[in-house]
Order: sequence, then structure tokens, then C-alpha cells
Amino acid sequence: MIDNLQPSGSAYFITKPTAEPERHTLSVLVDNEPGILARIAGLFSARGFNIDSLTVSETEHEKGLSRITIVSVARPKVLKQIKLQLERVVAVHKVHDLTQEGKSLERELALVKVAGTGENRVETLRLAEAFRAQVVDASIESFVFEITGRPTKIEQFIALMVPLGLVEVVRTGMAAISRGSDKM
Amino acid sequence: MRTFWLLLEPFLLVELKVYIISKWEMKMSKEMTGAEMIIKALKDQNVEHIFGYPGGAVLPIYDTIFQQDEIKHILVRHEQGATHMAEGYARSTGKVGVVLVTSGPGATNAVTGLTDALLDSIPMVCITGQVPTPLIGSDAFQECDTVGITRNCTKHNYLVKKIEDLPRILHEAFYIASSGRPGPVVVDVPKDVQFALGEYYKPANATSHKSYKPHLNGDLGAIEAAVDLMLKAKKPIFYTGGGVINSGVEASENLRELVELSGFPVTSTLMGLGAFPASNDKWLGMLGMHGTYEANMAMHDCDLMICIGARFDDRITGRLDAFSPDSIKIHVDIDPSSIGKTVHVDLPIIGDCNRVLEEMIRLWREKSNQSRTGEIAPWLKTIDKWRDVKSLRYENSDEIIKPQFAIQRLAKATKERDTYITTEVGQHQMWAAQYFPFEKPNHFMTSGGLGTMGYGLPAAVGVQVAHPDATVIDIAGEASVQMTMQEFSTAVQFRLPIKIFILNNEYMGMVRQWQQLLHGSRYSQSYSESLPDFVKLAEAMGGKGIRCDDPAKLDDAIKEMLDFDGPVLFDCRVSKEENCLPMIPSGKAHNEMILPDTKDIGNVIDEKGKILV
Repeated sequence: MIDNLQPSGSAYFITKPTAEPERHTLSVLVDNEPGILARIAGLFSARGFNIDSLTVSETEHEKGLSRITIVSVARPKVLKQIKLQLERVVAVHKVHDLTQEGKSLERELALVKVAGTGENRVETLRLAEAFRAQVVDASIESFVFEITGRPTKIEQFIALMVPLGLVEVVRTGMAAISRGSDKM
Repeated sequence: MRTFWLLLEPFLLVELKVYIISKWEMKMSKEMTGAEMIIKALKDQNVEHIFGYPGGAVLPIYDTIFQQDEIKHILVRHEQGATHMAEGYARSTGKVGVVLVTSGPGATNAVTGLTDALLDSIPMVCITGQVPTPLIGSDAFQECDTVGITRNCTKHNYLVKKIEDLPRILHEAFYIASSGRPGPVVVDVPKDVQFALGEYYKPANATSHKSYKPHLNGDLGAIEAAVDLMLKAKKPIFYTGGGVINSGVEASENLRELVELSGFPVTSTLMGLGAFPASNDKWLGMLGMHGTYEANMAMHDCDLMICIGARFDDRITGRLDAFSPDSIKIHVDIDPSSIGKTVHVDLPIIGDCNRVLEEMIRLWREKSNQSRTGEIAPWLKTIDKWRDVKSLRYENSDEIIKPQFAIQRLAKATKERDTYITTEVGQHQMWAAQYFPFEKPNHFMTSGGLGTMGYGLPAAVGVQVAHPDATVIDIAGEASVQMTMQEFSTAVQFRLPIKIFILNNEYMGMVRQWQQLLHGSRYSQSYSESLPDFVKLAEAMGGKGIRCDDPAKLDDAIKEMLDFDGPVLFDCRVSKEENCLPMIPSGKAHNEMILPDTKDIGNVIDEKGKILV
């Protein structure tokens, strides 16, 4: 008995993670009722899950349904827990892991304000055209661009604007939908 | 033909009359205030008792309570007491416990009990008053963001902004609280909604919800696979939990039958005690941190673990990476998120325990006509060897009362009675679980998940309300019991003869034990200084007080307590520095237990284990 009481040299709960974190996009169909966003966000903070991006808006008015798109980075086991915990929320109808199901479209919109004069200004416009960014506001020394696309494209555009006089950026967060004819 | 109608005519007339009257009544009773709707909905849900405390924001509801006598209101002394009473009531009956409190402090005081009910999956509906809707958000008197505060400690909650929503929400609250994995639901009702007139209706289909659909029937293929594994296992064990009790009395009966059929040994969590009778020879005792040696060793060495309605809590598993390393794990749970949360499960079955157990029994009968006691005989023999370690032994004394002895004597004295036990939290709770033999489900009420000191006394009040003729005993510690002591006065007011059996060692015993284990016996703030004279305290509140410090007089004192027709505070003076053993220390595995003969427990836990709770 006493032999068993020697320190084992191993701590529990602090086991080494075996898998690498993955970035997944979850689509959550919920009742558009008061407090639902707080409930979802609170679930993530209470259980120590990450949110990289979150968008929410009503999508089916007559049924009172909203779609929430959440991007989270976690290990596969935790991602499974996130999905199960979301499904447990009373007002949640469905949870789909779009990354796991494959074949999904992901889009984001950003408004990018760039200030500059002379050669920089010309270069800014040229790049904007290449990225299919629209000019939605202009002054003598600034532009506001509207750009949509995959988050990587938007990040690339923003990175290019930094040396040309980037002032500020707002992003909507990601909206995602599955390809093909299937409905969530 | 004519005569036929003539014969029928009087009956038709009577029927028509009844029909008209009932229609007229429906019309009359349909229009009512929000406060009346709340009481009507409670009646329609067959609620007989509610636990509550009045205040400004619930006055209309209390006025409605005053004008009826079907629902009995138990006036508490603090809202936390109301929630624990509702928990005790719910857990001992299987019904939903109902709480009614006012806005602001009324709601915040209820938070501990709501969290407790969430962690232990207890069905509860808590109706809170709220300031009138136009005032919400203005920092009005006794306003708090009740739905915001209770969002993370309820299964679901509602703020009722319109009278039209009230009837639906009330019935939905009961459905959500009691179905699936049960839990607490808060309905926050602003005062103007309580006054507003509206049409009351009981939804025709109160047991359906557009998005909430608990999964009750287990997958048949998975259940069959489980039975096949059970038919092959050499070292099987049933590991059962509170889910079996929540699933109803039939689930406990079916568990007993399946154990009888299979011949497998059974262990249970704290929350599952009573689902399987302690007197049965297949019973191994509770498992986990303060579980028996045989239960924990069997969990560690088994080759098939059949987990039914338990959730692999950290008090159960010990060191996770050394938890039952060589077993196939079957997990039956109604909550999909419980599967694989901490421990990898090989065969998950999502469904209601009772239904899954029924299917398991049916399939076992189809596939085999005998128990496997013979085939697993070597395993049962190994278990018997572990039993021989007698991990619950203790050194008795004839000078001082040992707490374990006190519980054994209490169990002996109450054997012939219908006895319900509640506990507070700490050493006495573990001793109750170890030394009190539970034979029936719904007879043991304790705060398992949250570990709420102060749970037991109000829970005993709730149990006694539900079972007026039963013997209800709160096995308590002198520190815990002081947290909700004032509810003793509730027991006096409603003539509830609860017995509070305090194992008084003048320490917060479990805190002291951990300080001995981890912190060089520096008993920081764990001595119960300035204790009240419990006998005088009981008398001051209108009950009876008994004190005993002599093992020879204990039986008589217990008899005196049980024979008294009224609430009793029993101050049982026990040995001060008794440790609760056996114990799996933090950072250790199931096969690394501290047994009662360990002399110096201060050197058992290593540095890494010390950071764990």
C-alpha cells in the first residue's frame, strides 16, 4: 500500500495536448429572442472557448430565426464539445460545422480608409481595382474602399494598404454558407 | 326512432347544460391578470407547494396566493433557503420544485441554489419579480438584470415582456425544467405584466418545443453492441450516477434487474446513491475521492465499464491519464455534451437511462438466459480480496464519539423508518455517503456538483414538506449548518419535524483535513470559533435541542431525537481531528489511495498535486 503512495511524478489535468488546434467555421441557427447572443457569447467565455469571428443577423423574419456564424480555433476534441454545448442551448435549432462538412463559401466585407497624395494615391487606386474594391467615399486626400471576399483576400488587401497610408479598417466578420442545394 | 330520441332527450339536455356552463366558465376564467395566470398555471402543472419570500415586485402574485388555498406557500427566511428547499422537494419526489422570489436581492440570493440545481440536474422553476417594464434598465429600486445574472446558472431563462407570452412561457418553463437532463428555469415577470389583463390558455401540446428536443430513446444498434460487450466481458463493472435517479423509480428497478440478470458488480457516484441497494452483495460502495477501496480498484482494473447516468466528474476520475487504463467504456447519458467531455468513451448511448436499461434487459434476455456470475468468478474473487482491505474501518473509542460511529448508530436507529437523509458539504457528507446504507432512490439529498455548504437544512425542510410522515434527517457539520441556520425557524413555523444531526468537531473538517494534507497542518481560519450553544439556539427558535458527547449515551439521545414530534437540533460532539478516509489524493490515480492506516497524511501529495482542488 505504502509503495503506491509515492509521488508518481505526473500531474493530472495537465496532460500534453495530442492534436494541433484547427480553425473551424460553425453555422448556428437560433431563435431570434432577446439575450440569445449573450447566451452564445457567454457560453464561449464560461467554458474557455475562443471566438475569432462572430456575425449574427436575422435571416428568416417570419419564423423569427437568426443565423450566427462563429469562427473558432480549438483542438478537435474541444471543437466537438463546442458543437455539443451549442446544441444544448434551448433556443438553438441546429449547429453545423461547415469546415468539417467541407464545400462551404466564406465571405467577409470590410471598409478600408486610406489617406495619401501623389504617387501613393494612384497606386492605392490601382491596387483597389486589382482587388475589385469599390470606392464608396473620396476626398482630396483619402478614399474609403468597400471590399468583399474571403478573409485571406481582405487581410492581403489591408496589408498592402499599410505602407500607402492606411487610416482605419472595419470588418463585418465572416458569413458562411454551404455549397450545393442542401439547406441547413 | 321517435321513442329512441325521447329516451335520449333528458340526457341530451343535461349534456347541453354542462356544455354551456363549461363554455361560460371558460370564457369567464380565461380573462385574468398576469398574477392570476401564474397561480393558475402552477395549478395546471399540479404544483402543491411553493417556496418563497414576498417583496415589492411580486406583491400581485402574493395577493393571488392569499385568495386561494390549493397551493400552499412555504415562507422561508432567505431566498437561498427557498431554492434548496425546492431542490430537496424535487429530488425526493421527482416533481418540479417551485420557487417564488422578488426582484433584485430576492433574485440574486437565489443564484446559489439555481447553480446548485444546474450542476446536479434538479428540475426547478424559479419565478422572480421584476420592476415594471418601462423602468427596466433605469437602475430602479430593487432592480437587477435577473436574466443576465442567471443566464449561466440556469438551463434556460425568460424575461416576460408581454402578457400574451406569459401562459406559454410558464408551461414551457415546466417542460424544459423537467424533461431531458433536468435543470432550473427562471421566469422573470415585471410587475406591470403581473397586473396586465390577458387570456390564459394551457397550450394543447405543452410537451413540444420548436428547437428543444431531448433525445430519449437510445440507438438500438449501440445498445445491442453494449449488450454484446457485456456478454463477453471478463472484468465488468456498472458505474451509475444521478441520471438513474432522475430517470424515475423504474430506472432504479431496471438497474437492479439488469444487475441481477448479469451478475456484475455495481458502484455509484455520490448523486446516484440509493439507486442500487447497499445491502445487495453486488454493491461495492461509492467510488471516487472518498470511495471504497474495492470500488476504486475495480474501476481501475476493469475491462468493461458501463457508465449509466454519470458524467466522469473530477471527484470520480482522479488522475485522468491513469483513469481505468485498460477498459472499454460504455456511456449512457441523456446529454450528448457529457459524452467524451473529460474521458474518451468507446460506445456512447444517448438516451434516457430508464429506456436504455429496459432495452438492455430485453436484449440480454434474448441473447442469454443466465447470469454471468460463473464466468466472471475470478473477477468477483479479486474484488472480494479488495473488500477484505476493509477501507472503511476506523478505530472506535468508548470515551469520545467517532463521527463514523455516530452515523452507523443513526442508521441503525432509523432502519425501520421511512428515512430521508440530506447533508451539508464536507467530511460529514462523505461519512454519510460511506456509512449510511441507502436502499431506495430519492432518499438521499446532497449537493454534489457545486458543493454548497448550507444545502442540507433547507433541503430537509423541502423533503419534509413533500413527505410529512417520513423521518427527515440532515446530517450536518457545525460550520455548514450555520450558513442557512435561520431556516430552522421555517421548520418550526410549518411544524416540520426535521432532525438536524450535527457532527460537531469544531472545525471546518474537510478544510482542516486538506490543510493537514497540503499545508503542513497550518489550520488557517478553519477552527469554528465562538460556536453558538446549539441547544439554546434550538430552544430560542422554538425547537428542541439535544447535546451528546458520550458514546454510551448516544443511542438514547438519538432515540430521544427521533421520538420528539418537532424539529430538533442535535449537537453531537465528535472527535475533533478525525480524517475522512479512504481518500484518493489530488494528482493520484484510483489505485493510489490513502487507507485508514496511513499515519502521516501530510507527506502524501506531491508538489504538482498541491495546485489541484
